[in-house]
Amino acid sequence: MFRRLDAPVVQAAGRTVRVIVDGVALECREGDSVAAALFAAGVQACRDTAVSGAARGPFCMMGVCYDCLVRIDGRPNQQACMTPVRDGMTVQRQLGAREVAV
Amino acid sequence: MGNASTPSQHPTFDVAVVGGGLVGSAVAYGLRGSVSSIAVLDEGDVALRASRGNFGLVWLQSKGYGMGAYSRWTLGSVRLWPQLAAKLLAETGIDVALEQKGGLTPLMGDYEIEARLAWVNKLMSQPGVEPYEWKLLDHHQAASLVPGLGPDVTGAIWTPHDGIVNPLKLLRAFHVAFSQSDVRYLPHHGVTAITQLSDGDFVLDTPKGSVRARKIVLAAGLRNGELGRMVGTHLPMAPQRGQILVLERTRRLLDTPMVTLRQNDEGSWLVGDSQEDAGYADHVTTLPILATLADRAVRTLPALREVRAVRAWSALRVRAQDGFPVYEQSASHPGAFLVTCHSGVTLAATHAMTLAPMIAAGALAPELDTFSTRRFHVQKT
Amino acid sequence: MNDMASDMASDMASISAEIPQYDLLVVGAGPAGLAAATRAAGLGLVTALIDEQPAPGGQIYRAVGSTPVQDRNILGADYWHGLELLEPFARSGARYLSSATVWSINRREPQAGGQPAGFEVAYSVSKGGEEPQASLLHCRHIILATGAQERPFPIPGWTLPGVITAGAGQILLKTSGVVPEGRTVLAGGGPLLYLLAYQYLNAGVKLDAILETTASSQWLQALPHAWSFLRSPYLGKGLTLMRAVRNAVPIVSGVTALEALAGANGQLAEVRYTAGGQSRSMAVDQLLLHQGVVPNTNLSRAVGAEHAWNDLQDCWEPVVDAWGATSVPQLSIAGDGAGIAGAMAAEHRGRIAAVHVAAALGRIDTAARDREAAPHQAALARATRGREFLEVLYRPATQFRRPVGDTIVCRCEEATAEQVRHAARIGCQGPNQMKAFLRCGMGPCQGRFCGLTVTELIADEQQRHPRDVGYYRLRFPTKPVTLGEIATLPQTPASREAVVRFKK
Repeated sequence: MFRRLDAPVVQAAGRTVRVIVDGVALECREGDSVAAALFAAGVQACRDTAVSGAARGPFCMMGVCYDCLVRIDGRPNQQACMTPVRDGMTVQRQLGAREVAV
Repeated sequence: MGNASTPSQHPTFDVAVVGGGLVGSAVAYGLRGSVSSIAVLDEGDVALRASRGNFGLVWLQSKGYGMGAYSRWTLGSVRLWPQLAAKLLAETGIDVALEQKGGLTPLMGDYEIEARLAWVNKLMSQPGVEPYEWKLLDHHQAASLVPGLGPDVTGAIWTPHDGIVNPLKLLRAFHVAFSQSDVRYLPHHGVTAITQLSDGDFVLDTPKGSVRARKIVLAAGLRNGELGRMVGTHLPMAPQRGQILVLERTRRLLDTPMVTLRQNDEGSWLVGDSQEDAGYADHVTTLPILATLADRAVRTLPALREVRAVRAWSALRVRAQDGFPVYEQSASHPGAFLVTCHSGVTLAATHAMTLAPMIAAGALAPELDTFSTRRFHVQKT
Repeated sequence: MNDMASDMASDMASISAEIPQYDLLVVGAGPAGLAAATRAAGLGLVTALIDEQPAPGGQIYRAVGSTPVQDRNILGADYWHGLELLEPFARSGARYLSSATVWSINRREPQAGGQPAGFEVAYSVSKGGEEPQASLLHCRHIILATGAQERPFPIPGWTLPGVITAGAGQILLKTSGVVPEGRTVLAGGGPLLYLLAYQYLNAGVKLDAILETTASSQWLQALPHAWSFLRSPYLGKGLTLMRAVRNAVPIVSGVTALEALAGANGQLAEVRYTAGGQSRSMAVDQLLLHQGVVPNTNLSRAVGAEHAWNDLQDCWEPVVDAWGATSVPQLSIAGDGAGIAGAMAAEHRGRIAAVHVAAALGRIDTAARDREAAPHQAALARATRGREFLEVLYRPATQFRRPVGDTIVCRCEEATAEQVRHAARIGCQGPNQMKAFLRCGMGPCQGRFCGLTVTELIADEQQRHPRDVGYYRLRFPTKPVTLGEIATLPQTPASREAVVRFKK
């Protein structure tokens, strides 16, 4: 599990942002990446791999491992660690290979 | 070079195949059983390796314009492919994912349709062609085979004989088969000189010592011109660069491959392909070409717009000057066979099951006469 | 020329006219990139700094301009030094392109009027919620400052949710003030691991253990380098930090085997390790792994720069001279991307590279260049003193670089150590054929987390040196980019002819 450091250690200067993760509303902070918001909310697994269906979660937090893939606002295979949260954003677990929306 | 005097670590092989790509490997695979000891000589990890840069098509409809016999030879291989796939699965456990459900050449607009139709009709009317089923489809017919086909694709040429296979699994299956049998795979053995001894045996010089064999098969792709000269054969090569974009895996959508766009068994997509005169520069990909490839692909299947390209390939097609295969036994160095083609995937079945037995028997069948290098001499005069 | 061709030619000319032109493009906004871009702009070069993150700082100074962790004792003075790079950059006049990922660098044809050829760079910009956009820019010179990444640490179970890198832990802390709770274990070795532990302690995070994989024999190996280390800036800081960490956190030294195991929910539940001949097990919620960092070489390889194997650090590095110049004309590399030497060294190397570029472009003469560079070169020497000691001490043990069995080697394609070893045994000549056989290196990470391991496994099975085994051949795009974006880039009549070949 992960938690946010609280005041007085941390200045909660940023606005609160509301995102919807797999249908559940979550409060996070402006400036969080989607991955950080997930960790802070106790979510460590964000996808099932296309190869074997194994569960994976963010690993490197710097955009090089591609394990943090999620569906953001309906768009598949987005890197959660490289996407800043936005009010009203929907985040869904990436289930295996992405689909092609014909 | 001095290597001729280096004693060989190996006993004399019945056949040494120079080249461990798809062509050499298919021939070596097919020689097993007819021939006792086989060596496959390969270069290192970074060499001109066409076997890693191909589209994986098992393709008939674009073959043979200018040489009807090539169409016929290809049709023969396409028909044999299921047997090769089954044998490899049984022997190695590797499923090369052959799919022969038909294939398309997508056409955008009247000009392309007219041009291609004329081209196909001309091809099919050439002497030496064994006619096969094909059709011009309109957009709706093509769209029933390609979900989400873009409106710009107003027609397509279809034949039931076309298909795909996983070329990487194919090469791996051949190599696993070697490890399970008596085929000696020798990497880092790039051939620098070939000598034929008075008893007819060949000595191949390599940086790792010499290799001696009763017969040799030169299947070294773009190096075949150079090696061919060492056995008295003039084989003018003209490499042609092709660039390909590879897209990330998606759920399986496309079952009918197109010559410029297909989805493989693992879910990734291949977008092709260019034909460029770029010498031997296989280490670069160029933006305008990638842009044209992408543009064409997005018009063919608009839903791919958001799918990401994960890498781009640039590889050199193994092409003799006229683009057709070369099969020949050297007249001046009997026992030395040349095998050159740019469709190592499509022709793998016939290479293993038709060509290899001919080589084992010591002579190529007369039907392959059209593929000898003598055709270049005729052109010269 | 017929009408269509002349239309296309003027199209191309107008597209070219719209493409931004720079003297210098700096890739990466960490210490090397910030320092380089600031200095270059200061010397009058038209400069752009491009970076994939939304804010400057790279990884070491990640979020230094916006971190919620404002109590400076937590992250420490070394981190806050990063602020001193931001402000001069903001004032420098250099163009800053953020959330922008470079994915292609190609040489341009020499231009009319004798202008040097330079490069065409393609990049993708991703701003919240919108579709990514591809763009082009032209520049005469490039400084790559893409820094380092975590060295792969392939232990059984390293792909389980609940296992992250120490670097990831640091990023969570810096960007969002997010820290682990519950049962948390750090494992591996290297200065960054202890730095993170120290920062966690300062933040009030309880750590259950640090499992040290540094072999005790490495101390003996490192000893010859100890004298420089004692005279280096690392000694003082290092000692304070280590003492604090060792007092507060249970340390297990000499760990020779490490395994992460899943619970019923498929996520991390347990860590098993061997130390002092004994096997033990701990229930855990988080495992943070770290065994050093290695240069990020994907861009430098794809552009064709020569690389060499660093035997002391078991990794590849681009070959650079004292100015950061590579084997590719007009392309330099500064910072950890040229070889791991730390954040301070990166800054100095960035300035040295910038000064060199200014001279190469004729902005200053070589005498001025040498004068300008001298203080940075002296500072660089001071900043790198003592690093060899750390490198040798924390050199990862063989079993953690060369896994066996079912341990996943390629995370993207899920190829295992035994699969790679088997292919090597049946004669696979190198990483590129390995890639063709097992798909390792073909996933979206493009070999960043498996490349070193594959090279080492082939070396192991075939009794060859990694430098002879080689590495994946990398090409552009160096980061995945959508088909739609590529389709918006300019085409040429030649490119159309090469692809669309129907002719009546």
